[in-house]
Amino acid sequence: MGPFTWQDPFLLDQQLSEDEVMIKDTAAAFAAAELAPRVEDMYANEGVEPEIFRLMGETGLLGATLPEQYGGVGASYVAYGLIAREIERVDSGYRSMASVQSSLVMHPIYSFGSEEQKQRYLPKLASGEMIGCFGLTEPEAGSDPGGMKTRAEKTANGYRLTGAKMWISNAPIADVFVVWAKSDAHDGKIKGFILEKGMTGLSAPKIEGKLSLRASVTGEIVLDGVEVDESAVLPGVEGLKGPFSCLNMARYGISWGAMGAAEDCWMRAQDYGMNRKQFGKPLAGTQLYQKKLADMQTEIALGLQASLRVGRLIDQKAFAPEMISLVKRNNCGKALDIARAARDMHGGNGIQIGYHVMRHAANLETVNTYEGTHDVHALILGRAQTGIQAFF
Amino acid sequence: MKALVCVKRVIDYNVKVRVKSDETGVELNNVKMAMNPFDEIAVEQAIRMKEAGAVSEIVVVSIGPKQAQETIRTGLAMGADRGIHVEHDGELEPLAIAKMLKALVEKEEPGIVFCGKQAIDGDNNQTPQMLSALLGWPQGTFASGVELNDAGALITREVDGGLEDIQINMPAVLSVDLRLNEPRYASLPNIMKAKKKPIDGTTPADLGVDPAPRLTTLKVTEPPARAAGVKVASVAELVAKLRDEAKVI
Repeated sequence: MGPFTWQDPFLLDQQLSEDEVMIKDTAAAFAAAELAPRVEDMYANEGVEPEIFRLMGETGLLGATLPEQYGGVGASYVAYGLIAREIERVDSGYRSMASVQSSLVMHPIYSFGSEEQKQRYLPKLASGEMIGCFGLTEPEAGSDPGGMKTRAEKTANGYRLTGAKMWISNAPIADVFVVWAKSDAHDGKIKGFILEKGMTGLSAPKIEGKLSLRASVTGEIVLDGVEVDESAVLPGVEGLKGPFSCLNMARYGISWGAMGAAEDCWMRAQDYGMNRKQFGKPLAGTQLYQKKLADMQTEIALGLQASLRVGRLIDQKAFAPEMISLVKRNNCGKALDIARAARDMHGGNGIQIGYHVMRHAANLETVNTYEGTHDVHALILGRAQTGIQAFF
Repeated sequence: MKALVCVKRVIDYNVKVRVKSDETGVELNNVKMAMNPFDEIAVEQAIRMKEAGAVSEIVVVSIGPKQAQETIRTGLAMGADRGIHVEHDGELEPLAIAKMLKALVEKEEPGIVFCGKQAIDGDNNQTPQMLSALLGWPQGTFASGVELNDAGALITREVDGGLEDIQINMPAVLSVDLRLNEPRYASLPNIMKAKKKPIDGTTPADLGVDPAPRLTTLKVTEPPARAAGVKVASVAELVAKLRDEAKVI
């Protein structure tokens, strides 16, 4: 028999390699030193600080799974998940910034790009000198990306892109845009294009009025006849497989990240309950409070074990996308429940920014929705067990 | 100039230390361990001096069980060049550690030895002083400033009354204090590079030191819980209590 560590019931650290523990410690130290001090101000004022990408890049947190020659360190996908967890412990917006850069921009360029594209973009995206964004979702195509309207027409030297993308993280400050469009020259199949800031007809206005993920800037991408030559096409993939393979990795990272936000809410609720006295005793000394703490501990411990398992399977190249749907759906939904409960357990104080839990709860509304909503992932799992698609 | 930095694996400072139920020591089973925070400051100082060109090579030494290699690896990931692990399971006392470090200093011939001022587990604050005595080298303890000069080194020490500057000859043993610097965290590329840096293994016997403890621990217990204070109604009552009960005036 051994002692019970209530903060880490199944001793997650013992299931990690020495590198993974060190990477986790670095990500935690980075988040505490560079992100935590600025989050309240950035969230309250919708701050935009491209500097954060450079700081993440210097520490090696962007594209860590890529090989060294492209600016990565060949880290495991478990290590990638641990980074997401530590960053999101501070704020889901910061984790979104890193996820988009690593999984939605660097991953497709690495997996589907030409050698020239890899050399041109990956090292600078890894160092944070360049900021990337990923354009798939459209004003009228969210859960149904196959219904996208963005078109690539063939021109003499390349393609002309026309359309609009919506809810694009990092877009207003992006240097590199990975955009998906239906290409006439490819029988109307979806192809990926790499665009660069400053191209004629390309703009990325900021989306105003967000009540969630306020520390991370979100925009539209407007493609008004953007002309590119053949070198802008991602040669290695066509069809929905391209964007979906990126989303798999991002969603997997989100399953870890959401648990990081949930852990922060749980620790804060535990601490608040121990110190807040009502009716002459700590709130945490009441049955209702302890039941909520036990639920949080249980869901987080189980969620982390599940993500760890999926990460190991990704590292062994033995994962199925449905596994990622399961952990993305479960962990985001549970994290949102935990954050709402933590907000409630903080009483009136819980609505203040200084107590952090309502910020997490508001963020997790987005995290539960983006990259496949909770319900859409249920339909993926439903289809897997019945063979009947129920999306439409 | 070569720098030797001594690092110890201790219970992470964030962990609430628990006494074992049989009162023979503290619980180490399933407890997160980390580099002694003062030793991180020592590693950081050596790296900064290397970056400034004053140090040419940094050797990190740790004495302890196999897992002490993880602590060495942390130092290598921060920026040290190579490691030496003296493998030993079981309790070690400052004098035995100082003797082993002396043997390593004689072998490695560093121009400067850095230690944390104390380890946060035993809080002994003895090893650096013993090492300097055994070597016959000057010591600069509780250093919050280190400046090399032509005559040796100017060390700023944190003492009770404030700061004291001393000029010492080199080579020397330095023990570093909290405010000397803020240690860096290892970047991911450096964590990966550290895997390729060598760690040499040795043993107390190889170094000619008998590591057997000279002291016997009788019992380890939790500190007594602090009793709640009392509120006094007036200055007169406070003075009366200080005089009659506390007997301090």
